[in-house]
Amino acid sequence: MKKKSDTLVSILIRLSGFTSTFLVFAIVFFLFREGIVLFNKKPVTENYAVVVHSSNLLKKINSEELKGIYDGKIKNWKSLGLENQEIIPFSLRSFEKTGNEELAENLSTLPFLIDSIVRSTPGIIAVLPKKLLSNNAHLVEVKTISIGDFFLDKNWYPTSNPVQEYGALPIILGTLWVTFGAILFALPLGISVAIYLSEIARPSTRKIVKPLIELLAGIPSVVYGFFGLVVLVPMVKKMFELSVGETALTGSILLGIIALPTIITIAEDAINNVPGSIREASLALGATQWQTILRVVIPYASGGITAGTVLGIGRAVGETMAVLMVTGNAAVIPTTFLEPVRTLPATIAAELGEAPVGGAHYNALFMIGVVLFVLTLGINLSVDIISRRSSLKLKR
Amino acid sequence: MNQGQIFLAALLFLFIGCLSKGNPESEIKIKGSDTLLPVSQQFSELYLEKAPEIRISVVGGGSGVGIEALMQGTTNIAMSSRKLKIQEKIELEDLHKPWVELTVANDALAVIVHPENPIKKLTKEQLKSIFTGKIVNWKDLGGKDQKIVVYSRESSSGTFEFFKELILDGQDFASNTLMMSATGLLMQAISQTESSIAYVGLAYVNKSVSKVAVSFDSGETFVMPELATALNKTYPITRPLYFYYLKQDSARLSDFLTFIKSPEQQNEILKIGYLPAVSY
Repeated sequence: MKKKSDTLVSILIRLSGFTSTFLVFAIVFFLFREGIVLFNKKPVTENYAVVVHSSNLLKKINSEELKGIYDGKIKNWKSLGLENQEIIPFSLRSFEKTGNEELAENLSTLPFLIDSIVRSTPGIIAVLPKKLLSNNAHLVEVKTISIGDFFLDKNWYPTSNPVQEYGALPIILGTLWVTFGAILFALPLGISVAIYLSEIARPSTRKIVKPLIELLAGIPSVVYGFFGLVVLVPMVKKMFELSVGETALTGSILLGIIALPTIITIAEDAINNVPGSIREASLALGATQWQTILRVVIPYASGGITAGTVLGIGRAVGETMAVLMVTGNAAVIPTTFLEPVRTLPATIAAELGEAPVGGAHYNALFMIGVVLFVLTLGINLSVDIISRRSSLKLKR
Repeated sequence: MNQGQIFLAALLFLFIGCLSKGNPESEIKIKGSDTLLPVSQQFSELYLEKAPEIRISVVGGGSGVGIEALMQGTTNIAMSSRKLKIQEKIELEDLHKPWVELTVANDALAVIVHPENPIKKLTKEQLKSIFTGKIVNWKDLGGKDQKIVVYSRESSSGTFEFFKELILDGQDFASNTLMMSATGLLMQAISQTESSIAYVGLAYVNKSVSKVAVSFDSGETFVMPELATALNKTYPITRPLYFYYLKQDSARLSDFLTFIKSPEQQNEILKIGYLPAVSY
């Protein structure tokens, strides 16, 4: 009877192990599959096409040129290596300007109207739904979004009309800035608290302080975010005499606070695990308590301390709500800590709701998820390497 | 029966309970625009007093979310703070789902600044320059020598789209615009940032910010955003709010929709800061 239940339990455990591994792989596969599709998509709205007048020799156009035309920066076909003629950009918005809104309402007559407009305007370029175009319309191929566009372009305008821009560089840099700031803030503070708790504090103090710090880890991040918006933002604004308090620095401080419990708990454990004999040996050689802590205990526990820091930062990188509320979410490349930034998780959280499933915007958000995944994977791998190295050191 | 069996049986009952949701005919699902959320909630609460056997669920998420759900058949009514896009009309036509548009309320948008900002009026052209990033200092508008901090809702908001179309003529917001994910956060940010400017629905404006009078005739007349000026149509930044539903549903929705359009109900929404849909 006992054997039977044993095998049952082992089957159950194996099954759950298998399922969770499978789930992890399935999620990662899904993430990458949805993200990579972005580079097959065009920077115009789904099911839209670009048309020009039939006399126009234009065959291909890239997103930058198209954007330039609709922003009014490229005004003549000559700039694109074609004959000297003024470019007349056209989109469905143009109907409203000309007061033809009533006409645009009626779907059945719209294709004829569009056809006649395109025929009669030699310099025209139009981005329109494929369904509204006649069969003999002169279509121009739009180049797909390239990896370079995504990682190097500075503009993130995913809902702009009729041409969208998916430059994630400011968002990736924003995330790195905020994370870097959080490390600068949390590392010294976390390690000092860990040392205080394990080496200096009296056992009675420690019994109160440690659970309190662990309680910090249990606070929902929305609460942190609200605290940040109401308390930290005005504080940073006043302290540096800025016009806006929602800056990378505010985000860094908040993320630092969020990462602190992890760093402190793991670092403290590592320091506690330093064998008493080593500490005593150092003291016996005549070193003071400070010398022992700085020269013996910390180097010995460095593996655990680093692992704690990196894990804490790993949590901070993926933090969404708190950052969404305090960093201002402006997609510009930050040059100082005192500027607003937009981070990867905040972008996904803010935009996924409205992005049509299967569209380029949707895939771009998944691509951002991929970048975030690679970032955290890198962080976790480095933890692995560090802890392996420190265990090797112990064996020696 | 031991405890485990009792627990299993309880789970089973719960499961069955979830399956039998009751008659779907007596359920109305409403989904979409966050702007319309308070209005729809009020409508459904008042309607439930009249017809308690009907179940109504109201869910937000944004105009686009509601319209997407209408196409997929997961909602009966899509709330929207903008008109259907032509692309969405084409998709609905492809699905052979004829639809009906109903204006259920109107909403005025107010441009707001920090209470200490001396600027109390702006023209449409000035607003456009501010929000597209062409004017960056309040000094250029006759205010203090301060950098203008532009706040906006996130791009998933229907309010964002409307403001972009009407004030920015479809151009993009300046790239350093600070994007807030909810109107509440936006109000908080404006109230603590002296040099800020933003736009919100009139229903959300409170004492912690100050409203700006706007002019759509290059500065000849400036109108303050108030319920009164919006009602007599002198205030220019107003927009209709819509319900979209499928023709096949019109029979079972008709009672609810007539209720909404009744004069008493339309007057009720004035109390929560929105404008009635009919002949205001």
